[in-house]
Amino acid sequence: MRVFVAVAFAIASIPLGAHAEGPAGDTVRGRELYETRCIACHSIDADRVGPHHRGLLGRRAGSVAGFDYSPALHGAQFNWDAAMLDRWLANPEATVPGQRMNYQVPDARDRADLIAYLATAR
Amino acid sequence: MQNLIKPRRNFLAVSSTSVLSAAAVALLAGRAAPAHAQTASMGDVNILNAALGLEHEAICAYELGAKSGLLQKPVLDVAVLFQSHHKGHRDALIAAINSLGGKPVEMKSLDDYAKALNAGSLKNQTDVLMLAARLELGATNAYLGVIPAFKDAKLGQVAARLAADETMHWTALSTTLSHALPSNALSFGA
Repeated sequence: MRVFVAVAFAIASIPLGAHAEGPAGDTVRGRELYETRCIACHSIDADRVGPHHRGLLGRRAGSVAGFDYSPALHGAQFNWDAAMLDRWLANPEATVPGQRMNYQVPDARDRADLIAYLATAR
Repeated sequence: MQNLIKPRRNFLAVSSTSVLSAAAVALLAGRAAPAHAQTASMGDVNILNAALGLEHEAICAYELGAKSGLLQKPVLDVAVLFQSHHKGHRDALIAAINSLGGKPVEMKSLDDYAKALNAGSLKNQTDVLMLAARLELGATNAYLGVIPAFKDAKLGQVAARLAADETMHWTALSTTLSHALPSNALSFGA
């Protein structure tokens, strides 16, 4: 039990936002940001201009079946985690040259909140 | 509804200038093609194509709303007007992409968009307007968010003009829905 509590506390303390030293994400604010900034192209469950986001964290980049990715992202060799998403949102082109998203989220707190929200969409 | 009825003449007045603006956007891209060809990268074409995909969806979203039978006049007329703006955006973007040597993305089927937008869940006029407002706000922020990524600053200006149209749409829809306007300055694109 003590071990379980310790592990649970450790998990709850993990900053979902990006880099380990970055701010912990606010899922409520992250959802608000998602609904106002990402919603033009993305949905949690539907592929639109961009691919759906449910299950994004831990998913291999460019791997949603049937979605027309850029060759750059289709051939990417990494899985999405908080750190990678932070880099991606800050500057997609610098992260994966040749990608097609290009939308940038310059503020680190915004990125952390968005990533925290995306982590809830399992 | 009353909020939408009153300014309708203004919308109609704006519509002619908006269509002209869209055409002007296309001309801007077209006339500048030689310079763009020198300075624009494939990345710029990719951004424009993502925008085109967004406009295809917006056109179909308004089509779904107009055909749903859920919109009453004059709201229906305004929805059709806004759809015409998006068609102007589409045409401008296609012209710009072609001028840069790119291949414009094609529109999907109306059924595809209906499924992606969960159009089956729309039960009344408010539902339709809420969906439209969400998409318009998202589009505003999307256009503003890609401006820094353009290699060609003139294309950034095009994106800003598109964002201005989307903001106008969102404001009209929000007013009709009696939603509060942003309490803070600089609420878009940040």
